[in-house]
Amino acid sequence: MEAEEKTETQEKRPVRLLLHEDTLTALLAGEIDHHSAREIREAIDMTAMRVRPAQLVLDFGDVRFMDSSGVGLILGRCKIMEMWQGHVAVQNMPPKLERIVSMAGLHDLCEFRKVEKDESNE
Amino acid sequence: MKAMNEMHLNFPSISTNEGFARAAVAAFAVQLDPTVDELCDLKTAVSEAVTNSIIHGYRDTIGKVYIDCKLLQDNWIQVKVRDHGCGIENVEQAMEPLYTTAGDERAGLGFAVMKNFTDKLKVQSKPGKGTTVIMEKAFSPRVRQNG
Repeated sequence: MEAEEKTETQEKRPVRLLLHEDTLTALLAGEIDHHSAREIREAIDMTAMRVRPAQLVLDFGDVRFMDSSGVGLILGRCKIMEMWQGHVAVQNMPPKLERIVSMAGLHDLCEFRKVEKDESNE
Repeated sequence: MKAMNEMHLNFPSISTNEGFARAAVAAFAVQLDPTVDELCDLKTAVSEAVTNSIIHGYRDTIGKVYIDCKLLQDNWIQVKVRDHGCGIENVEQAMEPLYTTAGDERAGLGFAVMKNFTDKLKVQSKPGKGTTVIMEKAFSPRVRQNG
């Protein structure tokens, strides 16, 4: 396991993964574009393929910017999870990113939900 | 139309420059005093255009991406994103929502986003020569609180 030694000034990592029972949660942060989507995708897929979780939660709560690469990221993870009949939930999508999400019709493809941030977890 | 101010940028088509390009255009646009949402829309549209040049225009090669930005009358901004890449055979088809040639990880929404998030969109392309995307957006005039 990686040691969590970070200074305050350091930018949050674009993706942090938490595995709890059969749910893999990806906490996304910062700006999602074609450049950053690659690192995020590789990190999620490497773990997901190994543990084959029943549910993948993509948490966008700390995402400040996202272009259509974020939509591609969600669609691509839906495809992966389908391989073992897993399910994708999109969590805490910021209101200002809703427009691009609804343009893509993502609401028909995966579950969207809001959850209160659990600060004790940080 | 005469430009009140202008800005020109060029950079190699490497993906780290996507974030730089949209931030640079946003920093230039700030002088028109856009709302946070308007600025976010412009950044999103610029990000799509630059990404297209990088992944489609130049595919597996590296070339230069050019951005020409102009402030026009009445709070309009024009952003031109150009490349000398492979060009688009069928612009109409490329602009259809969900059309993509880049596989599963791309949503095929690039042009749809550019169209939706700006007020005018023009795409010129010649196979083998390159593509130019011209976007224009009007920022709402704002009433200043202190007169």
